[in-house]
Amino acid sequence: MDAHIQVKNLDAYYNKQQALKNVNIEIPKNQITVIMGPSGCGKTTLLKTFNRFFELTENTKLTGEVLVDGQNIYDKDVDVTEVRKVVGLLAQRPSPLPMSIYDNVVYGMHLHKMKKDRKEYKEAVRHYLEIAGLYEEVKKRMHDPATSLSIGQQQRLCLARGLAVEPEIILGDEPTSALDPISSQNIEARLLELKQQYTTVIVTHTLRQAKRLADYVIYMYLGEVIESGPAKEVFGNPKHERTKQYLEGLF
Amino acid sequence: MGMKKNRLERRHLMEAFMKALMYISFVIVAGALGLILWTIISRGLPSLTWDMVSQVPKGGYYMGKEGGILNAIIGSLYLAAGGTLLAILLSLPIALYLKTYLGQSKWGEYVRLSLDVLWGIPSIVYGAFGFALMIAFGMRASLLAGILVLALVELPIMTRAMDEVIRRMPADLEHAALALGSTKFEVALNVVTRQMLPGIVTAILLAFGRGIGDAASVLFTAGYTDRIPTSLMRPTASLPLAVFFQLGSPYPEVRERGYAAALILTIIVLAVSFGARWLSGRLNKYTIK
Amino acid sequence: MSESTSIFSSNPKTEGRSPRPSAAPRTRRDQAARRLFFIMTLLPIILIGIVAFALLVRAWPILSVYPLSDLLGGTVWKPNDGIFGFQPFIIGTIWVTIVGLLLAVPPCILVSIYLAEYAHARTRTLAKPVLDLLAAIPPVVYGVWGLLAIVPFVDDVAAPFAERWLGFIPIFEVTQPTGFGILAGGIVLAVMIAPLIVSVTFEVFLTVPHDLRHASLAMGATKWQTIRNIVLPQVLPGIIAAVVLGASRAFGETIAVLMVVGNVANIPTSVFDTAYPLPALIANNYGEMMSIPLYDAALLGAALVLLVVILIFNILSTLVLRRVARRKWA
Repeated sequence: MDAHIQVKNLDAYYNKQQALKNVNIEIPKNQITVIMGPSGCGKTTLLKTFNRFFELTENTKLTGEVLVDGQNIYDKDVDVTEVRKVVGLLAQRPSPLPMSIYDNVVYGMHLHKMKKDRKEYKEAVRHYLEIAGLYEEVKKRMHDPATSLSIGQQQRLCLARGLAVEPEIILGDEPTSALDPISSQNIEARLLELKQQYTTVIVTHTLRQAKRLADYVIYMYLGEVIESGPAKEVFGNPKHERTKQYLEGLF
Repeated sequence: MGMKKNRLERRHLMEAFMKALMYISFVIVAGALGLILWTIISRGLPSLTWDMVSQVPKGGYYMGKEGGILNAIIGSLYLAAGGTLLAILLSLPIALYLKTYLGQSKWGEYVRLSLDVLWGIPSIVYGAFGFALMIAFGMRASLLAGILVLALVELPIMTRAMDEVIRRMPADLEHAALALGSTKFEVALNVVTRQMLPGIVTAILLAFGRGIGDAASVLFTAGYTDRIPTSLMRPTASLPLAVFFQLGSPYPEVRERGYAAALILTIIVLAVSFGARWLSGRLNKYTIK
Repeated sequence: MSESTSIFSSNPKTEGRSPRPSAAPRTRRDQAARRLFFIMTLLPIILIGIVAFALLVRAWPILSVYPLSDLLGGTVWKPNDGIFGFQPFIIGTIWVTIVGLLLAVPPCILVSIYLAEYAHARTRTLAKPVLDLLAAIPPVVYGVWGLLAIVPFVDDVAAPFAERWLGFIPIFEVTQPTGFGILAGGIVLAVMIAPLIVSVTFEVFLTVPHDLRHASLAMGATKWQTIRNIVLPQVLPGIIAAVVLGASRAFGETIAVLMVVGNVANIPTSVFDTAYPLPALIANNYGEMMSIPLYDAALLGAALVLLVVILIFNILSTLVLRRVARRKWA
């Protein structure tokens, strides 16, 4: 397996409470990996360690390594902003920035000075809105406030915005849980389209979504990784008793 | 892959620069407090004697002879205590009414707005207002007039502080009491006041501290005298004015005592402030969240 | 509303069941308390009007004799000759206020950004008592500090420095040999209004939801880029309101400023000039107020001017802050 993210001996604590216990996993490149498990099992915490969002919460502690392309992102001389440029995030609730639709997409590119001139930025905005399947809907109102979009459109805008900084990895923290079924389906379709080019890691609490999306599955329980492997194996023939129970809907 | 940090990149330099500015600003603000306390203590302490706090001015005190400023200490305590007491009588009902009947209503917001505006009015204006009333009613500068004006100065501070505290009361508790058949008034009187007592006392102390330190309002209304007032209609000395007047003296000994008086005032105010902090710490510990 | 009482009395079922004997007097007491409390809540609103009205009445004698433009625009102050020009005092107040604001606002905003965006919870709990104590120190103590520390500082350090390096700029011209003056007053005021500006600005920063910051950080923005591009534009109205609030506090500060500002009724042109702000004018002369004709009306008129300016500042900034706090985020 060609691992894009490797997690080694990862322990995470909120205050004194341990949220992740000795996590060791590998996440394959250019596939969709789904992290699942009952609520409070640490799946969102694990996701947050991939773009170093975990440290934004006060009184947290982390030991162990998270390697992206072989580089430990927690090394002292690593630039956290570069990590977050490479590892994009699609949040649980869409969080459009308080500016226009156009400016939302262009914001990240401006931060990293990624294009030369206005024309290139304009083309890039169009390109990423098209990828996110939003362009046709907003092309006539690019300079309206982003908050004027529906929730589903906002989430696709956030996807376009995230892709615009050219990440290699997309993290999704239950990215459809705030959306209506049609918008959810739309986002899922985008993620499936994009999986050839991006390594995607999705946290979800719905088993059916996991089954629809996953190439690779990580099952967690109480801060520990119980089982991980290709989706076919885990769903078809879970090795661990707990995974079996979860898949059967016992809890 | 280039994840290594390049500290010389413009945005990282900017980040470091702004952070440095923030640290410096923080040190300046905290340092100002240290500097003030240091100045007051180092200059006030040498002239602070037992006589200062235990005697009233004797003959020739203002030329550097014997005596103390007990008249001003007692006067200030009378003034601030009277003003605070009066302010409580108005503040507590207003704060309770805001919580129990008005809540977030429009009218409640108007009342809060007017309290904030009252809070912003400088004490010299309250003093001038008191003076205007005194002329109208033919009243002379007296302890009573000082107390009335200080009550005005303290009213908005106390009410808003109480309002903030009472607003934090958990709604469950109130609903539980209402469910048991209490009227809203009973809830206000029993549950709210008891549950929020430390917070209410904090608000009272806050206002008291403001009252005892206020000079501009009592300047017009309370007058100044070397005697400890024996009646509400007599004028009274106050600590802030004792500081102010003694600093204006041509005699160095008297000015030194002015510094000592400033130290006494600072100690009282800081003690009150610490008391308020301690109580509000307890409030956080004991109320149901 | 006390729905419970009205439902209770209008519901035929419960009436038929004969209510418990204690309930009626208790609800009556509730009603009475409500009425009394309601009247008391009128007090703050009425009080603002009463203060303004009383000052207006006492200032009326002079307002009816001289046109307002002569009073506010006049530059000569000779109460014994019946000449009352407020201009030097108004200009003096504005100078001291502006110098105080210029010194206070930049560090205060930086401190509140630091506390809201960077500092650990531990630092924050350490900073709170510092601000509380700064706010608790009485004005007269600030005055003593100004007299003992700031006036000598201006005299020994700031003035020679300005003379050496900034003398060619008119507003930094050293015009008189004492440390008393606008700069000393401004420094003292800056420290006095700092806790107010910091705590109000800090609260304003807290109103911005974390999601917005996280959205920006997730794209690889630095913290400062996030603050500069996302947070600051959102909180700008609130910061301006906080500054205006600080200005109104500075505008009315009396004793502390009076002790260090020099109290000479000239029209200042340099920060090293002395000034005579309005509050100092009122406080210094109340003793003679009744002995010179129209003097009391003039001084209470000065208080009225202060009140009107501060009311406008206060109401505007409070309204803006309310809007900021109540703002709906998508």
